[in-house]
Amino acid sequence: MHAKTRPDIASETGCHVPYRVFTERAFYDREQALIFRGEHWNFVGLEAELPNPGDYKTTAIGDTPVIVMRDEEGGINVVVNRCAHRGALVCRELRGNRATLECVYHQWSYDLKGRLLGVPFRRGIRGQGGMPADFDPRAHGLERLRVETLGGTIFASFSPSVPPLREYLGPMVVESLLRIFNRPVRVLGDLRQFMHGNWKAYAENIRDPYHGSLLHLFHATFGLYRSSQQGGVRMDAHRRHSMLWASSASNDAERDGAVYQGIRTMNSRFALQDPSLLESCREFPDDITLVILAVFPNVLIQQISNTLAVRQIVTYGPDQFELVWTEFGYADDDETMQRIRLKQSNLIGPAGTISMEDAEAVEIVQRGVNRSGDAVSYIAMGGGHAEESAHLVTEAPIIGFWEYYRDLVGFELPEPA
Amino acid sequence: MRLTDLSDMELYFHLVRLQAEYVQCIDDDRLETWPDFFTDPCVYRIVPRENSDRGLPLAALSCDSRGMLVDRVVSLRHANIYGVHYYRHLTGELRVLARDAESVSVQSHYAVFQTRGDGTTSIYQTGKYLDRVVVDQGALRYREKLAVFDTYRIDSLLVRPI
Repeated sequence: MHAKTRPDIASETGCHVPYRVFTERAFYDREQALIFRGEHWNFVGLEAELPNPGDYKTTAIGDTPVIVMRDEEGGINVVVNRCAHRGALVCRELRGNRATLECVYHQWSYDLKGRLLGVPFRRGIRGQGGMPADFDPRAHGLERLRVETLGGTIFASFSPSVPPLREYLGPMVVESLLRIFNRPVRVLGDLRQFMHGNWKAYAENIRDPYHGSLLHLFHATFGLYRSSQQGGVRMDAHRRHSMLWASSASNDAERDGAVYQGIRTMNSRFALQDPSLLESCREFPDDITLVILAVFPNVLIQQISNTLAVRQIVTYGPDQFELVWTEFGYADDDETMQRIRLKQSNLIGPAGTISMEDAEAVEIVQRGVNRSGDAVSYIAMGGGHAEESAHLVTEAPIIGFWEYYRDLVGFELPEPA
Repeated sequence: MRLTDLSDMELYFHLVRLQAEYVQCIDDDRLETWPDFFTDPCVYRIVPRENSDRGLPLAALSCDSRGMLVDRVVSLRHANIYGVHYYRHLTGELRVLARDAESVSVQSHYAVFQTRGDGTTSIYQTGKYLDRVVVDQGALRYREKLAVFDTYRIDSLLVRPI
């Protein structure tokens, strides 16, 4: 076989990923088993979405439908949204509040932990029909997942053996997550963005500080790009999670003003007519104004200036996925703070002037890699190794992602069954 | 023009014409004149129905001045990267909800078809407009325009106004 078809990331500089991982159904199916239903924790929601007993939401882990719900004792339960009888969805709504879950097909009902409560006509009607005598409701509940929460975020896992959530995330992620989830949050709303591409192209995108100032031209166009910005990338021990951070150093107004002024004069033909869009408020003790925390496999936690959001990846197939943006503030935000967050959210989301083009990037990759045979990518900015750095001119977190992926899923096309 | 000078039928005619001019301005890609349909300040928001139904404030796009609308157009012309596409708005069932001497509240519905660079046309968004229209500098303009969209799964991205 040609050498290019057997990329060995570890032994050379840079990272070669066969494009077929974006197109072949076999990889997609293997990912569902090994990643989303495997030894990992998946983000499924925020506790703030389910404040009361009986509150539930439906979502998916990979493409497996699940229900996330709060029970009478205040606990969070996650179950597969599939009736134990004939497999129908038990919850058909996006969200709601119920005392029990009832499948509409034959009215099998479950409690808020997923235990089967009752089956109509179990004893038959007038002595006819009914379930077998040895029918045991305890053996026919909804499939329950392991659940853990951290700072109000909810994670679930199909794996009985995955380590506890904090251990799985590692200290860097735990610290970064709790920096944002440092007190109760209030959900501002959801935005759903459907992309015609492979979810891993987005996993690359959110681990890629290289494209930031090249693809997203809003700041540069309006002369807002700040060359004084410092940043870097961090990773967990497995290199599957990463954090990109940057600081606009806005506390040094004098130096920043000088740089900002110079850049505007040199590079920009435009100025914002209404600069209130960028009104911001320092709210963290550090000066970090940008955090893109990519948590393997399915969520990104962001702070972009004063916008806070989680972006959950839901897969639909090798060439389609949905990004669910849940934006939030803190429960103790005053009116001014909420107004700032809502105004800044024009920058992010599916219509965001600094984020919308990620969809275009994902989709042009998907169209470009069609029928790519053995061709591979070349990812090496920053030196070509999955190493942390104190700058943003790197693709190291992408390499970390692919090395982990290669060891777990592999790059060889699986043999047809 | 003063609102109080217009009969209900005359007002209705003006509102229908305003709506036609508004959507054709967008569909014909004359976006530089699009902000002129609004007062300054104004409220222009594109809100997913799932947030609206829950009373949650998050919009896909939310502007409160004509300047912000201009910035949006400059951004999509010069900064944002997206695939070539066209819009075609179909609007209907315009209904006056209330009118007084200062303003008139109107509800109507819309469907936006999107044609992409490969020539395919799809239903990009359906929803309703909730408008508050006033007379400003001699013309009817939108003091508030909310586009509450049923199609809460946005296909790829949203760059043009609705």
